[in-house]
Amino acid sequence: MTSPAPPRLAPLVASGPSFRRRLFDRGSTVACYLAALIVISPLALILWHVVRLGLPGLTPDFFFHLPKPVGETGGGVANAIVGTALMVLLGTLFSVPIGVGAGLYLAEHGDGRFGTLVRTTADVLSGVPSIVIGVAAYGLVVVPMGRFSGLAGGVALSIIMLPTIVRSTEEVVRLVPRSYREAALALGAPRWRVIQQIVLPAAAPAVMTAVLLALARAAGETAPLLFTALGSRFWSASLDRPMASLPVYIFDYARAPYDDWNRQAWSAALVLLMLVTLVSALVRLTVRRVPRR
Amino acid sequence: MKAGGGASLESRVKVSPPKPAAPPRPIVPERPPSKPALEETPIATRGFNLYYGAHHALKNISFSIHARSVTAIIGPSGCGKSTLLRSFNRMNDLIAGVRTEGEVLVDGRNVLTRETDVVELRRRVGMVFQRANPFPKSIFANVDFGLRLLGLRDRTEVEARVEQALRQAALWDEVKDRLDRSALQLSGGQQQRLCIARCLAVEPEVVLMDEPASALDPAATARIEELILDLKRTYTIVVVTHNMQQAARVSDCTAFMFSGELIEYDETARMFTSPTQKLTEDYITGRFG
Repeated sequence: MTSPAPPRLAPLVASGPSFRRRLFDRGSTVACYLAALIVISPLALILWHVVRLGLPGLTPDFFFHLPKPVGETGGGVANAIVGTALMVLLGTLFSVPIGVGAGLYLAEHGDGRFGTLVRTTADVLSGVPSIVIGVAAYGLVVVPMGRFSGLAGGVALSIIMLPTIVRSTEEVVRLVPRSYREAALALGAPRWRVIQQIVLPAAAPAVMTAVLLALARAAGETAPLLFTALGSRFWSASLDRPMASLPVYIFDYARAPYDDWNRQAWSAALVLLMLVTLVSALVRLTVRRVPRR
Repeated sequence: MKAGGGASLESRVKVSPPKPAAPPRPIVPERPPSKPALEETPIATRGFNLYYGAHHALKNISFSIHARSVTAIIGPSGCGKSTLLRSFNRMNDLIAGVRTEGEVLVDGRNVLTRETDVVELRRRVGMVFQRANPFPKSIFANVDFGLRLLGLRDRTEVEARVEQALRQAALWDEVKDRLDRSALQLSGGQQQRLCIARCLAVEPEVVLMDEPASALDPAATARIEELILDLKRTYTIVVVTHNMQQAARVSDCTAFMFSGELIEYDETARMFTSPTQKLTEDYITGRFG
């Protein structure tokens, strides 16, 4: 208390012209806006390009007809739409139970060495080029079956989806407040009931979003399907046969030497974009429901 | 430590006495806490020690709680009162590195053994937490949750029991028209009473409350305190509180803890007027903590 008081300082005066500081503030704001603009511009450009080139060919026939033989004009992508839907559905069926289960494991018990192993594996898997995953599915399914098939395509897509689902599930399950678990446990709920009735429902919307992101990515994958489902110019709804898909259709038609085919590739790209948007809109709507009684 | 809030709170409650006119409350622990009959002590501890890793958090605690009364556990932050409370229904199991010695007896049976059915224990010894923690579900589903755990499926019975629990928690009239709404839309005080209703629905014998009103405003606090006084006719209640006025208002017996030790345990009236320990007196008179 008795230490000598420090000498009084002169009154504080702002240094430098305030104009410069205001200019810098303005400048930073504008720079951030510009960065944000640059982020959305590729998407806007892609959308604009796909719509401009794809829309003219988007007749009802395009949705409901099979591809025409080489040399004939017209034809559609009906088989590719159905094929993509089937294989993505199959991929989701395989990857969601396994992915959500593994994510739950990591969040609830994954602090040990095995958890770290699973986590690292999932991270590495998400970085594996999709063509390599296609090769793996070729070895796993196509070689034993002896032929290309929709099933192999579904398996390849499920491997693509798996790491996203695992890691996102883990993250959102960890975000479920501890107080929910405590409340349920204090009521005498066994752990599996807590997870099933409290943790999973609370995490469900976020898990759904993650599944959706994975699904959207899988729907657009070409490389893993090239030597698993192969592609087909014919009607192919059975999973043990080669199956058409929109990405492979786009791939084939875009590099074909016919202008007509190239135009159809643009239209198919537009269809793919629309389907993915539609699915995500639908899922979002169903997730945002009022709580159940 | 909460001098300002405590004083205004006290004056509030004096204006509207918590006891509604109706039935008499016969239960005041008439015998000294030392040697009660077994059936009258739903919870007791014998030489109970608890360690968080190397930290000795609860030191040799032995005491018994009386049936159908309110026992308050008071003490400064970090003295182990919440830890003790959470030992009664083994919620400390959730914390890694916890080790215990001695016994925690619920209805005369040591519940720290491996054979104890923790799920059943927690049904019989319910808990209300410091922060209201309703599930992100409807009001009905919150109360319904425990009933379904017990395998109750009959619609009419479930509805009747949900209503009964909400009435017991003095919440029914406020929510009866919106049972389907999300519980998260309720006010803080209502959420806490919903948590109490959720706990009462499974008909526990003991209700543990960990600072049930510390996150609430004075009006909501007064309602919770009224509720506690009302509930002790049916339930045994143990409440941890920071607020000494609250302990004085609602409890029949008070346990004072300090750095992991049970310093003094007595009837509240006696403890607050003539504490035997210097430490207790210092704490109660606000000289520290």
